[in-house]
Amino acid sequence: MSTDGRDVGNGAPDAAGQAAPRVAATDELIERADAAAKARDAASAKARDAARTTRMAPRRRIKARRIGLYIFLITITFVWLVPFFVAVYEALRTNADVNANGIFSIAQGLTLQNFIDVWGQTTPTFPQAYFNTLVVTIPAVIIVLIVGSLVAYAISKYSWRLNLLVLMLFTAGNLLPQQAIILPWFRLFLTPLLHIPEPLSDNGLLYNQYLGIIFIHVMFQLGFVVFVLSNYMKTLGKEVIEAALVDGAGVLRIWGAIVMPLCKPAVAAMAALQFTFIYNDFFWGLLLMSTQDRRPITAALNTINGQYYSNYNALAAAALLAAIPTVLVFLALQRYFVSGLSLGSVKG
Amino acid sequence: MADNEATTAAPVEPGSSGPAGAAGDSSVKRLPFRARRRWSLLTRRDKITLALIVGIPLFLDVALIWGSLVVDFLWSLTDWRGVGDLTGGGLGHRAIGLQNYTQLFDGTYPFFWSAVLHNLFWLAFLMFVATPIGILLAVILDGQIKGMAIYRTVFYLPVVLSLALIGIIWQLQYAPDWNRGFINGTLHVIGYDLPLVKDLPLVGQWFRDVSTTDWVGGPLAIIPTVIAATWRHVGYICILYLAGLKSFDPALREAAAIDGANARQTFFRVVFPVMRPINIVIIVITTIEALRAFDLAYITNGGRSPLELLSTLITNNAISESDRIGFGSAIALILAVVSLVPIVGFLIMTMREEKQ
Repeated sequence: MSTDGRDVGNGAPDAAGQAAPRVAATDELIERADAAAKARDAASAKARDAARTTRMAPRRRIKARRIGLYIFLITITFVWLVPFFVAVYEALRTNADVNANGIFSIAQGLTLQNFIDVWGQTTPTFPQAYFNTLVVTIPAVIIVLIVGSLVAYAISKYSWRLNLLVLMLFTAGNLLPQQAIILPWFRLFLTPLLHIPEPLSDNGLLYNQYLGIIFIHVMFQLGFVVFVLSNYMKTLGKEVIEAALVDGAGVLRIWGAIVMPLCKPAVAAMAALQFTFIYNDFFWGLLLMSTQDRRPITAALNTINGQYYSNYNALAAAALLAAIPTVLVFLALQRYFVSGLSLGSVKG
Repeated sequence: MADNEATTAAPVEPGSSGPAGAAGDSSVKRLPFRARRRWSLLTRRDKITLALIVGIPLFLDVALIWGSLVVDFLWSLTDWRGVGDLTGGGLGHRAIGLQNYTQLFDGTYPFFWSAVLHNLFWLAFLMFVATPIGILLAVILDGQIKGMAIYRTVFYLPVVLSLALIGIIWQLQYAPDWNRGFINGTLHVIGYDLPLVKDLPLVGQWFRDVSTTDWVGGPLAIIPTVIAATWRHVGYICILYLAGLKSFDPALREAAAIDGANARQTFFRVVFPVMRPINIVIIVITTIEALRAFDLAYITNGGRSPLELLSTLITNNAISESDRIGFGSAIALILAVVSLVPIVGFLIMTMREEKQ
């Protein structure tokens, strides 16, 4: 349909241009040409009129459509916010109030008591759960970024016959469902053969240890980091690296002094994203950490959910407390977060 | 005419967006020579360093992630219950051939097929409801919209929350009784026993009695649960698609507008086809999300019936509730093999792009 339109548009002036010299030969033909020209003018005037009227109509239609668009957007935004509103409203009311008056009632006073109550009551307590999360998340993010950027650098900046295969193995490993590999990992974590020394593990195992959770996050997230960073590094110029090599710089120095500074935007995006991913991990923390007091906050939600089975107001407060850190990180680093997710998809 | 179209379409073909893509192309052609030269510049120590940088993580990745699939397979041929080691034999396990698999497939273990059904429903819902909404929002937000930052923040916000947390937030919506759950509360206000709705097949049961409707407890609990997942998935898809639209060549859209195409035609005939790489990424991500679904079901009821999924069957059989490791491994291997379909598709696409 669109091609037809363009055909007519391009074809008409060409035909007129070719016709003109030949027409000049006889008066009769000139007259005919004049008539044709007049007809064409009239036609184009008519067309212009038509265009004007059709343009007027769409303008009104477009305006109506834009209003419709905003109504749609505002409605769906509101629907999207409802779960948050409900959680906040529940968290700020007492259990007795909602039980007696229902969720659709004016609160008999808003209170922060629910937050104060759950803060120290849950297993683990909130301070402990945040601590557990930080002890796992911060080292895991740092290690995965360092190792991931090194691997990405080595496979994207130097020629290996196996470049693509390595990248594929890492990427595909990250895409597998965690549940498909949990059973061997579970047994590996329980094996006493590893003899993990004291400061790292208090039972000699990886099971029930911060170290184990950090290790599995690094292994599992590595694929994504390598994939995104190697794609990013491919777009960087290669001349600088060659020059540095000629000057006698070692590969590690080039990574630290040249490549990493150039990759700052991508690394920042990955840091924001990995923080959220690891913070949000439910699965590993739940299954590989048996002592409830050691579980990171997201895994601890399973216990907290059971604890407040009959008190939705306290549950709402606990959920909001667990959500606050990632929401803050998101609001502060939205740009990085979004570009991190996009980097992973747009280029591949 | 045809030539004309080909030349306008070429620069915006998949992946290569503007100057970055062009630069990439020229360096690709020279790569073999330059790469070889760079390689010869390396000292012996550099080469060893590089080999270690790649070799150690690669070894761990292959051994621990891919090796796990091999172990899954070996265990799935036994009835091992976690006592005694696999190679030793005798101590509490024996090889039973494909018995675990026949037990799964012939319906002796009824939860397997219902879990498959739930995973398929999860996939279908995300693919045909959540994903199109996400794409639609991305297309809308790609235009000039007032208050864009607000809409974007609202749609993206659930994406940063864990699915476990989302499960809890949605429990507040689904809770039974008129005074507790938001949805039951709403129905209480507008009135239960809605004449048409309550007679609907299957879903009608939700609209009959305010005090007993437990949204995530009944036989259809998977529907409300996947709606909670949709709340997050829409934002996720919106982010990905919007990023793709930003790299879309505006000249193509102008050309379509000049040709008189309306917004819908422009999207379906110009934008959507050119966005092919992103479309594939989105299909892959959606499929994997559906196969990975675990947290929401687990936080709601421990991943037991009526919310059993392949993923929860694995952990419930082999870790949290029982120690049937051989049996759980069989389910794990099935899940892995099914997951490899979209994964391999994704890799093939990436590889093709790489070659271009």
